[in-house]
Amino acid sequence: MRGVRVLVGTRKGAFVLCSDGKRARWDISGPYFGGWEIYHVKGSPADPDRLYASQSSGWSGQVIQRSDDGGATWEPVGNQFSYDGVPGTHQWYDGTPHPWEFARVWHLEPSLDDPDTVYAGVEDAGLFRSTDGGHQWEELPGLRGHDSASSWQPGAGGMCLHTIILDPHQPGRMFAAISAAGAFRSDDAGESWRPVNHGLRSEGIPDPDAEVGHCVHRLAMHASRPSVLYMQKHWDVMRSDDAGESWREVSGNLPTDFGFPIDVHAHEPDTVYVVPITSDAEHFPPRGKLRVYRSRTGGDEWEPLTRGLPQEHCYVNVLRDAMAVDCLDDCGIYFGTTGGQVYASADAGDSWTPIVRDLPAVLSVELQTLP
Amino acid sequence: MIRVVLPAHLRTLARIGGEVELRVAGQVTQRSVLDALEARYPMLRGTIRDHQNGRRRAFIRFFACEQDLSHEPPDSVLPDAVAAGTQPYLIVAAMAGG
Repeated sequence: MRGVRVLVGTRKGAFVLCSDGKRARWDISGPYFGGWEIYHVKGSPADPDRLYASQSSGWSGQVIQRSDDGGATWEPVGNQFSYDGVPGTHQWYDGTPHPWEFARVWHLEPSLDDPDTVYAGVEDAGLFRSTDGGHQWEELPGLRGHDSASSWQPGAGGMCLHTIILDPHQPGRMFAAISAAGAFRSDDAGESWRPVNHGLRSEGIPDPDAEVGHCVHRLAMHASRPSVLYMQKHWDVMRSDDAGESWREVSGNLPTDFGFPIDVHAHEPDTVYVVPITSDAEHFPPRGKLRVYRSRTGGDEWEPLTRGLPQEHCYVNVLRDAMAVDCLDDCGIYFGTTGGQVYASADAGDSWTPIVRDLPAVLSVELQTLP
Repeated sequence: MIRVVLPAHLRTLARIGGEVELRVAGQVTQRSVLDALEARYPMLRGTIRDHQNGRRRAFIRFFACEQDLSHEPPDSVLPDAVAAGTQPYLIVAAMAGG
């Protein structure tokens, strides 16, 4: 029987949650790298035993861990992330130029077809690639070399490149998103990039329609229809039908369009999930009711999903990389909270059950559907 | 032999049970001790000293013989007791909660 493996990164270590196709009973292992912040753990689509993890701490900086056996054992690989050439400056919070400084890896995106190739999105925003299984990392400088880069500013969480999406149908096309610069697209395997933010409107920046400067929280794509992108922006849920060339708002009847994660059903490209959060000042669900919202129409029309989720006194957040889906026939949806719960739905969101309740604050959730 | 004590999270990273004993050729300085440590345990590169500039990471401290050597030049000679192995060279993670 097929199964799933949930890869969870938390403030104090990584956890691996495994189940069979029923997703009713779970085997929980970890913490791996206890005491370290694990921003992201992700498996290779080309080899499910190959996992990469971003491990960091304020004391000792960045470590990248690699597993070749599905998370049973791990080995540290390369951790040197040196910006290409003279790094230059971006804008600091006060508007002054600030040198690019590496802080941590937010997101690891393994290649779709080569287990040894993996991309890393880092803070301060930059894109790195390893082609030897994580031992050596080289920056793809075209992104940070864009003319607008000196004007990029950090969001409250730092100036992070948090989303990397590889187009499965058009070789060389990839998307990246940066808080708070916006969405970018490359059509030449990351060599050159351009902003793709037309249609975004952000009241919190001097020019609400600016080409860059938008606080994009997350992008999502369905593999069968890569020209359609969904976006959870700081405020606003957005959709593009032309690979980011233009965006329109699809927040519709959401109770609030602030939030962090967004994801797409594995088999229904028009079924989208978000977790509305009260506001940028109140990072918790409206009225203490934790609700995932689902649209079956590609946005605009949303329904609350509540069964099994706390509907009172719940004041957790769900961070941008903390939602994922599996590829089983009854698509499973998963998300982790800053309160340490990992919730799973084995019926596309109709009902939810906590797999585990008391982990450290969850930073990321990724899924592997195993043969 | 030079004795080196690492903070717990770096012992875990390097899979070290207790003290590390290192043989250091030439003068025993902070740089030569750390170079020898990183040569034996490459996974520690970048976790004690910054990859880019070689400087001590901000929340790491170096103690020996009841002295804070964190601000000493990296090539200054360590105390005789460290060189003789009667006192350990302590790599310390700054205390912090949370």
